[in-house]
Amino acid sequence: MKSLEELERIRKRAQEAMRIREGEQPVKIVVAMGTCGIAAGAREVMTAVLEELAGRSLTGVTVTQTGCIGLCEQEPMLTVEKPGRPAVTYGQVSGDRARRIVAQHVVNDVVVGEWVVAARR
Amino acid sequence: MKEIALHVLDLLQNSVEAGASRVSIDITEDAAMDRLVVEVRDDGRGMQPCVRDRVFDPFVTTRRTRRVGLGLPLLAAAARQAGGEVKVESSPGRGTTVTASFGLTHLDRAPLGDMAATLIAVLAANPQLKLNYRYRRDGGETSFDTEAIERRMGSVPWGEPRVALWARDAIRFGLAEPPEPIPGPARDKGR
Ligand SMILES: Nc1ncnc2c1ncn2[C@@H]1O[C@H](COP(=O)(O)OP(=O)(O)OP(=O)(O)O)[C@@H](O)[C@H]1O
Ligand SMILES: [Mg+2]
Repeated sequence: MKSLEELERIRKRAQEAMRIREGEQPVKIVVAMGTCGIAAGAREVMTAVLEELAGRSLTGVTVTQTGCIGLCEQEPMLTVEKPGRPAVTYGQVSGDRARRIVAQHVVNDVVVGEWVVAARR
Repeated sequence: MKEIALHVLDLLQNSVEAGASRVSIDITEDAAMDRLVVEVRDDGRGMQPCVRDRVFDPFVTTRRTRRVGLGLPLLAAAARQAGGEVKVESSPGRGTTVTASFGLTHLDRAPLGDMAATLIAVLAANPQLKLNYRYRRDGGETSFDTEAIERRMGSVPWGEPRVALWARDAIRFGLAEPPEPIPGPARDKGR
């Protein structure tokens, strides 16, 4: 069972973290969620991203979604957008790969070259 | 799709893409009728009749024009294969309701799957969306309503990973003190 008290504690902590980061541009993680993405495993990618961010207590990262971007054979796809950097799109992402992308690219700022399908300014 | 919950995720993506601000998901297992019914209702922009009549076009026609989607045809195929069907009610400005039925004990029915993971995938990526989920079966009911929670707590940052994961567990294991419904006038009179 979950309680609203617990939600309240989580919310308080999140609000404090947001105050500290006020004015900072968030990092964005975008998961492709068209039918092709969902069939290929986009939901597991989304779950893995949320768990990894929560487990590392990372704040200032926004998780969003997009539809089919026309590279269906590369699904599941995930894009990392850091302020002032080219957006990097990864293809054939699994839950495990998503966790590594969070650890290596989002946290340590090193693009995981082998899984990149596109980078744009 | 391996799970009905993945079809639901796909339907919810359609709702999001149609600009919905409120979505309700109702799943009912009816053992007596041997039916599993999944209904997704949104307040998005709805479809013109000509679009609505086309959404079940078979694969051959949809594949030629990539712009026509696969989501609803795939769901229709999954329902038909399990002795059910899909109905789409939609008109511009009045939102869309998709109702899929399946034979509950049909051998070719996919399992319901991980509805909690489906719902928080949508919620985390669309934190403004009002989600109302209800799952009914003989002798049990599960529900999760972001609006009901926010009536008690004020606004909740559903996009925060820890909040989204809390929501997942609340859907899976239940909420200790279910949020009270708003007392309506009719209810008050009765008391
Ligand atoms: N809830 C909805 N509200 C408004 N329009 C909808 C809704 N669901 C479907 N549609 C319309 O029906 C079309 C077909 O939907 P379908 O899910 O089959 O494919 P798609 O969403 O276009 O692409 P795909 O699902 O393959 O990623 C959509 O493009 C949209 O125009
Ligand atoms: Mg679709």
